Amino acid sequence: MNRVRVVRPALFVGCLLPLAYIGWKFATDRLGANPIRELEIETGLWTLRLLAVTLAITPVRRAFGWNWLVKYRRMLGLFTFSYACIHLSMWVGVDWFFAWSDMWGEIVKHKYILIGMATWLMMLPLALTSTKGWVRRLGKRWIALHRLVYAAAITGTVHYLWAVKKDTFFPLVYLAVFVLLLGYRVVAALGRRATARATGDCLGGG
Amino acid sequence: MLIRRTDQIRSSEITKESDYLSRRKFVVAAGIATAGLVASGRLVAAIAPAKRQDDKPNSWDEITQYNNYYEFGTDKEDPYHNAQKFRTRPWTVKVDGLVKKPAEYHFEDLVKPYKLEDRVYRFRCVEAWSMVIPWQGIPLAEMIRRFEPLPSAKFVQFTTIYAPDQMPGQREAILPWPYVEGLRIDEATHPLTLMVTGLYGKTLPNQDGAPLRLIVPWKYGFKGIKAITRISFVDKQPLNTWQAANPNEYGFYANVNPEVDHPRWTQSSERRIGQFRRQRTLMFNGYADQVASLYAGMDLRKNF
Repeated sequence: MNRVRVVRPALFVGCLLPLAYIGWKFATDRLGANPIRELEIETGLWTLRLLAVTLAITPVRRAFGWNWLVKYRRMLGLFTFSYACIHLSMWVGVDWFFAWSDMWGEIVKHKYILIGMATWLMMLPLALTSTKGWVRRLGKRWIALHRLVYAAAITGTVHYLWAVKKDTFFPLVYLAVFVLLLGYRVVAALGRRATARATGDCLGGG
Repeated sequence: MLIRRTDQIRSSEITKESDYLSRRKFVVAAGIATAGLVASGRLVAAIAPAKRQDDKPNSWDEITQYNNYYEFGTDKEDPYHNAQKFRTRPWTVKVDGLVKKPAEYHFEDLVKPYKLEDRVYRFRCVEAWSMVIPWQGIPLAEMIRRFEPLPSAKFVQFTTIYAPDQMPGQREAILPWPYVEGLRIDEATHPLTLMVTGLYGKTLPNQDGAPLRLIVPWKYGFKGIKAITRISFVDKQPLNTWQAANPNEYGFYANVNPEVDHPRWTQSSERRIGQFRRQRTLMFNGYADQVASLYAGMDLRKNF
């Protein structure tokens, strides 16, 4: 039985569905009077959602013992990055239409843009080193490098929080979700360290 | 040159065919998506002009389905959906404070003496989007003449109805309710300042501020207080709601000024609703020749 044969393509298609939905809304004029702004918002939200799903794999897998979930984490991570690239290209190519000096001004003067750009830049090396070759090449350093995803989750949410005018409810919900997903890892790591100390095993991973 | 012999490649390094195919599919999909986006962007841009665009009035749908009216919800389409049943009659407007003739007017009596004027104005939101809107209303200067403010009146303060039973947003602490706005007396009596009752020659829709709203075209849109039930003449500068909510970001004057950014985003350009390209923002929203003298000698960065 090869569940992968079914799950992998299904997940691939599933990850493309939000993009198709956004595209359909654009094509059928369902994005309202300011479609460019809606495109930026929707692609940004789906980046954060996919990031949350990617980060949820470890807690869910440990809670239920579903180790097979790990096989799909790379695809979800790369889709997260793809949505981030589309979100960025909406800003660069559609909103500002390649006005490079105006955009540079935005990056240096306005912190929500700066932190958004920093988030994308943190995700870039993660996407580039997602292959098995790089895992082998970097070894232990790969794990350290990929911890950047935690920072990206926080900075990505702060980018959202700083972009809204007054309605901070949803950005704070996303922040709470990421704090929980990251908090789980902190607690799990502390637990492992405590166990290691208790059993006299000082070489336990942290 | 060392050529790797095939037996030196570990079988674990050989990409599984399923991975190979799915990665290719992914790259192809990403490539098509990106190419499509770039192509469509350039195509639309080739059609649309690149500089400051014409001031063509926005459509009825754009003006009535894209609103910031937090009393009815914070999404742009909330007011359109939630203000349908809002009751605009009977409606009273209380005029009080430093005036010779304080009174409570029924809406009909308030507007009866005046011939409604059609004014097409640029409208610029502080969020950096803009529209061109054919308002209909009464110059505030004419109303003020009737109220006869005392010489001690330096400012006019306006208040929106407080009706949480009809306005779901007022049941949340998004802003300190009811909404309050104010103008200096010379801004209030300026010929451009309009008390609006209509749109495109028709009755003003609820989501646009019915039955009575203020429009000050050289200022950011949040100065245009909606559903007005009280007009007070005062000697101290009113604390307008957005300034109360966030004083580093929103001030009293709120003059459209491309040289003074919002702390978090730029004000030097704007998105005209319905247009593809951004356009540069004009000082005082293009009304500088008519209003700049009101602010001669003022530091507009401090008095934002």
